[in-house]
Amino acid sequence: MIKRGYYGNFGGAFLPEILVATFDELEGVYNDARNDPRFWHDYELLMSSYSCRPTPITYAQNLTSHFGGARIFIKREDLNHTGAHKANNVMGQGLLVKRMGKTRVIAETGAGQHGVATATMAARFGFDCTIYMGEVDVERQRPNVFWMEQLGATVVPVTDGSRILKDAINEAFRDWVTNMDSTHYVLGTACGPHPFPEMVSWFQSIIGKEARRQFMEREGRLPSRVFACVGGGSNAMGVFSGFFDDDVELVGVEAAGRGLDSGEHASRLCSNDASVGVAQGYKTYFLQDDDGQMKETHSIAAGLDYVGVSPILSDLKEKGRVRFEGATDREVIEALRLTMKKEGVIPALESAHAFARAFKEAPEMAADEIILINQSGRGDKDIFTIADAFDDPKWKRFIVEKAKQYHA
Amino acid sequence: MLETYIRSRLAEKKILLMTHIVIGYPTLEISMEIVRTMVAAGVDLMELQIPFSEPIADGPVILKANQQALANGVTVGQCLDFGRRVARQFPIPFLYMTYYNILFKHGVDRFADDMLEAGLQGAIVPDLPPEEAADYLDAMSRNELSPIFIYSPTTSEARMNTIARVADGFVYCVARKGVTGDQTEFSRQIGDYLGRCREATHLPLALGFGVKDKTDVDFLTGKADIAVIGSQTLRVVENQGIGAMGQFIRQVVGG
Ligand SMILES: Cc1ncc(COP(=O)(O)O)c(C=O)c1O
Repeated sequence: MIKRGYYGNFGGAFLPEILVATFDELEGVYNDARNDPRFWHDYELLMSSYSCRPTPITYAQNLTSHFGGARIFIKREDLNHTGAHKANNVMGQGLLVKRMGKTRVIAETGAGQHGVATATMAARFGFDCTIYMGEVDVERQRPNVFWMEQLGATVVPVTDGSRILKDAINEAFRDWVTNMDSTHYVLGTACGPHPFPEMVSWFQSIIGKEARRQFMEREGRLPSRVFACVGGGSNAMGVFSGFFDDDVELVGVEAAGRGLDSGEHASRLCSNDASVGVAQGYKTYFLQDDDGQMKETHSIAAGLDYVGVSPILSDLKEKGRVRFEGATDREVIEALRLTMKKEGVIPALESAHAFARAFKEAPEMAADEIILINQSGRGDKDIFTIADAFDDPKWKRFIVEKAKQYHA
Repeated sequence: MLETYIRSRLAEKKILLMTHIVIGYPTLEISMEIVRTMVAAGVDLMELQIPFSEPIADGPVILKANQQALANGVTVGQCLDFGRRVARQFPIPFLYMTYYNILFKHGVDRFADDMLEAGLQGAIVPDLPPEEAADYLDAMSRNELSPIFIYSPTTSEARMNTIARVADGFVYCVARKGVTGDQTEFSRQIGDYLGRCREATHLPLALGFGVKDKTDVDFLTGKADIAVIGSQTLRVVENQGIGAMGQFIRQVVGG
């Protein structure tokens, strides 16, 4: 029997028998799309008319002179429709759902960005839509819950397990094993059983393809280092894929939470706390105990707070092709503050991890070197969390007043 | 050997009953009490689930039991020890049911060695399809343990045949789409499906997912060799206590 979807020792498809036929169908439709040049053409057309592709690269002149090292550029995935790279994956999978003739989509979401993106796709393509979201994330990403519901999706808060992203994924699988005839599960990152890691990375490769072309056109050369935050790994895979064959250093930045020594983080590849395991249908590094039970994770960014990581990134780490680093909650807040003040862009808390690490390395690099930071999303969704972190008194007063109005 | 045992039991009764517990739910002591009661009530074989934090194939009842057992601090070591004690104490075959990560982290070879040493007969690992099972199959066959594989209503004939080649002991046929614990309608469709399963393998067939009372088991008699009751016994224990669960099982097995 054939093992599918391996990247070195990682990946695979550890599926309950009931889902095998569904995955066979999905893999077939995906392979057809990949071999059909018209599909990618239609996809780019859709992304240029419905989302904001190609997204620009922005030269961050003020940050560059602030740090006095390498020149810093930002890839602006925040300018996508719904404000994050998640749209790339979702619209691509939406096209596959149409090809399969299914009428309903489900998705998990952590930060809510993937859920909102899925809800817009469902609205546009006319699919029914249910989004699973851990109760903890419903609480910290309330604005996105509001938007998903306004877009016509049903949002189901997940109260099992640690009530965050991994638990939402489990619940989505439970729905899928019941409803696979009508339903496609739009997995939001480059994880899960084959073909998801490869398929999601393929849709996200639009980021890297554009970035590479943009650098060649604008600078006539490629960046020397590329930084991307790593939750499940989809935005990182997307931007990195434009540079795999080049002499470009690739840096994945994970959530170091309250510090790598604190035990309260979500760093699978840059800490010693993770080990290889099999869960949620694939083999990769997981934050788990010696028995193989998944641990609680922590990050200020809901979208990075995940126990597993893309099997493709695990392989690239072992091969030494991608370097992994962590950024703490505190470093992230500082990087966010500085980026807003200096450049007037508002990165998502997830993306700010990539900024934080790039800021550490930029001053030590030569002035003729170039850094590219992938700004995977915009920070508007994080207004409550960021306001708390900044401890902003005016915002607090506003919330208190607003609450009073509702009580009146 | 598991299949031999099943065949000899089938010479005496038309359909066997397999039940399921989650080790450590609600506590290890009560789990032991549940096993004792089930065996005394006439259960023919049992699945002992080693709890896992991400049980994606399980519905709300068993999911909650997994979480509660883990919250109580139950470890894999304690579960292996529990298996050893029940296998020594009670005269029926016991199987482990768990997710692959538990075996993988313990070491697949070591897990199989421990099973043999403890006197377990086989294992059901719902997230381990044959494609990914090479190490597991080696370890199980070396120790003459039965790897129980699964058929589903969506499994093609060709795939059923492939699975039959690596399966041993019996084949676990899931009755329908979905997770454990939901309703199943026992209709002609199930009969047809079991007919397809029967053609694909010479091994005995167990049918599970949604089996909840004597009516369901009567329906399966003559179509399957083993009826599996999982979530329902947990519900009876939770709502009416262990004594009532014993009576429930006696009623299901009785004439
Ligand atoms: C803005 C943003 N960036 C990054 C991520 C992390 O996901 P991934 O690692 O798949 O890019 C998320 C996930 O929700 C997100 O919303």
